[in-house]
Amino acid sequence: MSAYIARRVLYALPILLGVNVITFFLFFVVNSPDDMARLHLGNKHVTAQAVENWKAERGYDKPLLWNAEQHGVQRVTDTIFYRNTVKLFLFKFGQSDSGRDIAFDISQRMVPSLVVTLPVFVLELLLTITLALSIALLRGTYFDTWAVIVCVAMMSISLLFYIIGGQFLMGKLLRLVPISGFDGGSAVVKFIALPVLVSVVAGLGFGTRWYRTLFLEEIQRDYVRTARAKGLSERGVLFKHVLRNALIPILTGVVVILPTLFIGNLIIEAFFGIPGLGSYTIEAIQSQDFAIVRAMVFLGSLLYIAGLILTDISYTLADPRVRLT
Amino acid sequence: MSGIEPVLLKTDVLFFVLIAAMVAYGSYARRHEHLRAPWRQVARQPLGMAAAVVLAIYLAIAFLDSLHFRASASAPHGGAGYSHDLNSVFDVLVTPLRDSVERTYSAPFAAEAYAKEIVELADGSNSRAYPRLEHGGVHLRDPASERGPDIAARLIGGILLGLALASALAALVVAVCARRARMPWQAVALGMLRGESPLPWRAILGTVLAISLLFGCAVELAPYYHVFGTDQVGNDVLYQALKSIRTGLLIGTLTTLVMLPFAVVLGLVAGYFGGWVDDVIQYLYTTLSSIPGVLLVAAAALMLEVYMSRHADAYGSLAARADLRLLALCIILGVTTWTGLCRYLRGEALKLRAVDFIEAARAFGVSNGKILARHILPNIMHIVMISIVLDFSGLVLAEAVLTYIDIGVDPSMESWGNMINGARLELAREPVVWWSLGAAFVLMFALVLAANIFADAVRDAFDPRLRDLE
Repeated sequence: MSAYIARRVLYALPILLGVNVITFFLFFVVNSPDDMARLHLGNKHVTAQAVENWKAERGYDKPLLWNAEQHGVQRVTDTIFYRNTVKLFLFKFGQSDSGRDIAFDISQRMVPSLVVTLPVFVLELLLTITLALSIALLRGTYFDTWAVIVCVAMMSISLLFYIIGGQFLMGKLLRLVPISGFDGGSAVVKFIALPVLVSVVAGLGFGTRWYRTLFLEEIQRDYVRTARAKGLSERGVLFKHVLRNALIPILTGVVVILPTLFIGNLIIEAFFGIPGLGSYTIEAIQSQDFAIVRAMVFLGSLLYIAGLILTDISYTLADPRVRLT
Repeated sequence: MSGIEPVLLKTDVLFFVLIAAMVAYGSYARRHEHLRAPWRQVARQPLGMAAAVVLAIYLAIAFLDSLHFRASASAPHGGAGYSHDLNSVFDVLVTPLRDSVERTYSAPFAAEAYAKEIVELADGSNSRAYPRLEHGGVHLRDPASERGPDIAARLIGGILLGLALASALAALVVAVCARRARMPWQAVALGMLRGESPLPWRAILGTVLAISLLFGCAVELAPYYHVFGTDQVGNDVLYQALKSIRTGLLIGTLTTLVMLPFAVVLGLVAGYFGGWVDDVIQYLYTTLSSIPGVLLVAAAALMLEVYMSRHADAYGSLAARADLRLLALCIILGVTTWTGLCRYLRGEALKLRAVDFIEAARAFGVSNGKILARHILPNIMHIVMISIVLDFSGLVLAEAVLTYIDIGVDPSMESWGNMINGARLELAREPVVWWSLGAAFVLMFALVLAANIFADAVRDAFDPRLRDLE
């Protein structure tokens, strides 16, 4: 098992390197650091000196891949690629383009993100699976038909409308919760109630339909017929046999999301003013802070790959037939 | 006389290529039974066909809106040379909507402005009142008393027009069907009403009726009122919402068009050849897919922005610039979304490689390229088909979200994302300015819902695994 995990982690390294090569290419080759400097300093009336200073402050004045002026190892290490990309592997995110410590910011902003995404994740999972099981129980009836229609309709509404509608209804008309904002301590419940509700409702249509198909597929299997033949009630079949066997496909979709919960939901955080990593990313995009975007791309990929590894491990726990070698 | 010079934007060209490809596929599918059968199954589903009618209307509007031309400016503005205004055939058809620009917000069907302004009275004194609009309801002498009856009268006219239109179409369909089936038209019409016709004409004509009623009312009302009100700078919201159709459809379709060649070629090559080719391609798509989609799009869009600000002079007009940005967005979205399809196709090609008829082809000495093109490609086309229709609705929704975080389409381009973005904060006003959001919601919802339903119908027909499931 541990050998398997070690090998998977080693496999992940070239992929992460690939991710970094892509971001490096996007950020430093497609556009030169000069272009970035000009964009930041305003396009007009920029002196060459100002551009040079901007680059020097951020270490963008080095050569891209190979520094011929240095000696020995420094030929490789004293370059933009090494200083800004390879260092990400050591979690040295460096400073943002506006001079803040990125690693510190990330550690600060991880918690608010989790405070929102974790309840959403749990509630969503419980709710969609319960709904999907009840629909599967009543398959072929009018209830089933209409439930699917409602799911498709709910899927067809943009997340933006769920957010705006939720804010308008709960925050403005009913005045139950603040429209946006965040606070530590026990006041946090008041602030996250609406974002959590909106996220859960927005994902309900897709999730329920997805799990319904999954359960229906499972119901076709032979063991279900056997279970019915030996006289189990339909509910017993569904909750004991189908649900347990459907765990494997459910795990595939669910575990991979777990680590990415740290990143937060970009849109939800931006709308509700939650100071998490999602809004951090959006702010970085809007203020064109390339260092932060680079760090977040790396972090996102890292967590996604961690999710893939976790998925494989969870298989062994859920299904004794699966052996990892 | 004003001359007319056709203009082909880059996205127009791709859109026409896409439509040509659809027509070509249609005529190809007609001649091949293995493609005809599943499409016939799609055509038998009432809900799927109703959705197809809605999609066809959207497609028609987007098509008309893609026929761009530039009128030489001699007529209204005077002066030599061409005006910078880029028009489409659709713009010409809805000229009253486009030209009736107010000063600022006005509510749907309003005759008076949204906010009080200082109005000069006849005796020279000033007073704060709601001024009359410049276009909305100008034909009314006393809006307070005349507006309701006027709207009702026009509504009835619109409904009659819609009914006439729909029944003319229905009569045509019945006549053609009766002739083909060599049956009296009464029997054919009765069969349709009972839902017993081979094609679900009841659902199709029902949708047509609903759309023609809406169309009739719009034709009657839109020249006299702002049906969906006006936005902050006084533009008609209905016009904007209709113009946004092209943007939404282009993003949903061009993205697929851009990503399809990569996904198909790489997926098939990886699965068929295996070995180091497979390793390289797998590495490529695993790497790309491990970057969270939004972040990759954001990073790429950010770089695009830098690139475009550096080469700001290279694009002639504002429209050409916005158009290029739309195209770039499609490419970026395409690059981030091809990995899923590629992975799936690789798996299929891997399975097909070991199938007897491929082995036989290889034994006969057929070249690898020919095996891929003639024997494997046709056998995976249904997967491509399903993924195209399934991706479409997601992409339309993605446009709005991306535009909200400033990495979507150009702010000057009409799109539902821009409409939502602009109107979002206005909900805090008193009275609430809801109409921009409402219009964007209705048109977006109708499109995405129709796309989802149609996608389900196509998937059910083309995916043999699902056929016995439901």
